[in-house]
Amino acid sequence: MGLALLGLIWLITFVSTYFFVAKTWWLPPGAAEAAGFIDHQFALTFVLMGIIFVAAQLSLGYFAWRYREHASAAPAQYSHGNGRLEIVWTVLTAILFIGLNLMGSRVWASQRFDPPAADAVKVEVTGMQFAWYFRYPGPDGHFAPTSVKLMDPSAGGEAALGIVTSDPDAKDDIVTGTMYLPVDREIDVSLRSVDVIHSFFVPSLRFKQDTVPGLNIHMHFRPTVIGEYEIACAELCGLGHYKMHGMVHVVSQEDFDKWLAAREAEKQ
Amino acid sequence: MATPATIHAHAPQGFIRKYIFSLDHKVIGMQYFFLALTAVFVGMFLSLLMRIHMVWPAAVLPLVGEIKPETYLSLLTMHGTIMVFFVLTTAPQGGFGNYFLPIQIGAPDMAFPVLNMLSFWTTFVAFVVIIAAFFVTGGAPLHGWTGYPPLSAVQSAGPGEGLGADLWITSIAIFCIASLMGALNFITTTLDLRAKGMSLMRMPLTVWSWFITAILGLLAFGVLLSAGILLLMDRNLGTSFYVPLIVVNGQVLGHKGGSPLLWQHLFWFFGHPEVYIAILPGMGVTSQILSTFSRKPIFGYKAMVYAMLSIGLFGFMVWGHHMFMSGMSPYSAFAFSILTMCIGVPSAIKTFNWLGTMHKGRIRFQTPMLYAIGFVSLFVSGGLSGPFLAQPVLDIQLHDTYFVVGHFHLIMGVAAIFGIFAATYYWFPKMFGRMMNETLGRIHFFITLAGTYAIFMPMHYLGMAGQTRRYSQFTEVAYQAKLIPLQTFITYAAIITISAQLIFVINLFWSMFKGPKASDNPWQSTTLEWTTATPPPHDNFGGVTPVVNHGPYEYAVPGAPRDYVMQTDPVSASAH
Ligand code: HEM
Ligand SMILES: [Cu+2]
Ligand SMILES: [Cu+2]
Repeated sequence: MGLALLGLIWLITFVSTYFFVAKTWWLPPGAAEAAGFIDHQFALTFVLMGIIFVAAQLSLGYFAWRYREHASAAPAQYSHGNGRLEIVWTVLTAILFIGLNLMGSRVWASQRFDPPAADAVKVEVTGMQFAWYFRYPGPDGHFAPTSVKLMDPSAGGEAALGIVTSDPDAKDDIVTGTMYLPVDREIDVSLRSVDVIHSFFVPSLRFKQDTVPGLNIHMHFRPTVIGEYEIACAELCGLGHYKMHGMVHVVSQEDFDKWLAAREAEKQ
Repeated sequence: MATPATIHAHAPQGFIRKYIFSLDHKVIGMQYFFLALTAVFVGMFLSLLMRIHMVWPAAVLPLVGEIKPETYLSLLTMHGTIMVFFVLTTAPQGGFGNYFLPIQIGAPDMAFPVLNMLSFWTTFVAFVVIIAAFFVTGGAPLHGWTGYPPLSAVQSAGPGEGLGADLWITSIAIFCIASLMGALNFITTTLDLRAKGMSLMRMPLTVWSWFITAILGLLAFGVLLSAGILLLMDRNLGTSFYVPLIVVNGQVLGHKGGSPLLWQHLFWFFGHPEVYIAILPGMGVTSQILSTFSRKPIFGYKAMVYAMLSIGLFGFMVWGHHMFMSGMSPYSAFAFSILTMCIGVPSAIKTFNWLGTMHKGRIRFQTPMLYAIGFVSLFVSGGLSGPFLAQPVLDIQLHDTYFVVGHFHLIMGVAAIFGIFAATYYWFPKMFGRMMNETLGRIHFFITLAGTYAIFMPMHYLGMAGQTRRYSQFTEVAYQAKLIPLQTFITYAAIITISAQLIFVINLFWSMFKGPKASDNPWQSTTLEWTTATPPPHDNFGGVTPVVNHGPYEYAVPGAPRDYVMQTDPVSASAH
């Protein structure tokens, strides 16, 4: 029985570890500035936890077999433990866990507490059951106010967001269903929701933030690789949650300007 | 005050007083156990339907017919809620705690037997109410077991958010009241009714775990109860605790100024301690069994007690780790993440001590021991994904993905279930007077351990690849569609593992009536429940009051006549 247990626990350990190490499934390639750090921190945590995982599981299996009861087994040791050992491993795990944590704090802080660059591209992200809308302030750099009384989700686009069209700032506001971003520019996003909580999750950009009705949440990030990235809503928002999907197109500055100009022209 | 002893001078006669509205903690413990057994099969059946729907969405299933996206979410909500409340909170604490805490401290019953009966029947009512949610118009709610408003606060936010959601909240509120009554009883009993010589530091670790769990329950359920009442008011009385000015389905709702985050704070202030409420008794029983079957004292008894106490204490300071992405102040993330890492330390100590207990032991592999070892393995696997999720920067990628689903199923779901299995196989002889079948027990164990890993380990891979949770289908997002083969594998593993639970049910009921008769102390254990008759008489010790002379885990004592010294053995029996 001891051997069977050792066999199974070791097998589970090897198979689980194999798929991690082989990276059969892994984080999607990162396409934003923060990805370098996040992926590094992930890998570091992964290695440390992986070592503990393998060591603990292998010892568990080994002890089960090694100390099984059989005719010639040594008598059990009468021991109530070892105070010094307890202290040693308490201190070691505390240092390891807390140290790891402190290392990760820097990027969190810089994304959230430093103000966005002055020339950041402003985009407003709005979640509603079950679609994403993106708004660009246009040449004036100002978003027009919105009003819940004007919101008409079934109409889509501007009407869905309830933009106060009589406001002068509204003239050049652009609303789209696909997010376009220029590469290597800082993006200053403000995230909102009109109904329930959603979560704006773009795995490739290492970006996730809940959109909460009543809050306007500001974040900034910098896409670094041109490409098309999928958005998947990450907070349960109702029966259409699974299809609350969208796309981010990260394009060159040139293409971005062209795209924006075309939208402005369309609107006039 | 009527002491339990005077109440129990005579065992009640008559079926109703003896088995239905019984005041006997042992009967009440069994009632909780069977309630949880019923609940776990409902919960498991729901998860089976979910797994099937995810990978074969067109399948029309017997009993339920076609599953729509909203049906999936109802199944999800009911699965999570039933599992967390009616299984993991009910069986380990209400079931085994009720049955064995008084006996293990040498008491004739709980401190408040009537309250005990009330708390069971209140729990039962809560269960009936939640099951009723399936059958009302609109069906069960779809807001998940965490019930975040506004989704959970607005009737028009989706099917199931009408009467179904009201029943869901009501059930949870009733459950809270029941748990508060139970917690009070457990705490008082532990503090007041210990036998002579049963000092705190001689209590079995199981007793410590039930005691600490009760304290957590007392502090946590009150908060959830209040939060639930506010939610009911938002839904039905037009208040705006949780709901700001919003537009749902093109309709401006009458709410103004509420904060959706308020609910999240209140819910997780309860929710995080709740995961310890689910797992602490499993830790207790694992310690007890590892020591008994390794024939060796528990390694670091005091460290184990302090570890559980600090888990209980820190458990109330980490709730924000569920909210890193919620829009909560990003500054508070630092505090919550450091404190979360701190709570990993006592958890690690427990693991070291379990390994230390087996080290240089003389291990017997009856089924309870297999499950206790399985518990340690799962606790390690589930625990080590915690330090990923505790780091806000990594949580950016992992929050609300299958990585989290894998994490909490391993550590809180199945590890706690393994604790329940271990406890069942271990205490069954005492409860039912018969032995369970070892062969069936072993087969059940090996399939369940392998199956559990096959189901939940791949979920970590899915989560890293960005698979979001609470999705009824994966076809809408291209990168997720690529992960469907792995999802299909998980579904096959779930079908096999869930089917294998029939082995347990057969073993349980067959052994109850046909198993070989059990002796008073079949495992050669040391704690008080093994000093009394099997099954124990009405007042637990047949008119005698036990006197405790030893610590709980005196195995392999040099110079002792046997390889174990029971807690009630005379002092001279041990070198100590
Ligand atoms: C029989 C084995 C089990 C299987 C196959 C299973 C499967 C699942 C699945 C497929 C989900 C939905 C994931 C999603 O869509 O996000 C889920 C959610 C959940 N499960 Fe299980 N589960 C099992 C056992 C348990 C146990 C023992 C617990 C006890 C804690 C549990 C608690 C939960 C909770 C709390 C949720 C979250 C519900 C929510 O998102 O609101 N499960 N489970
Ligand atoms: Cu969603
Ligand atoms: Cu938590």
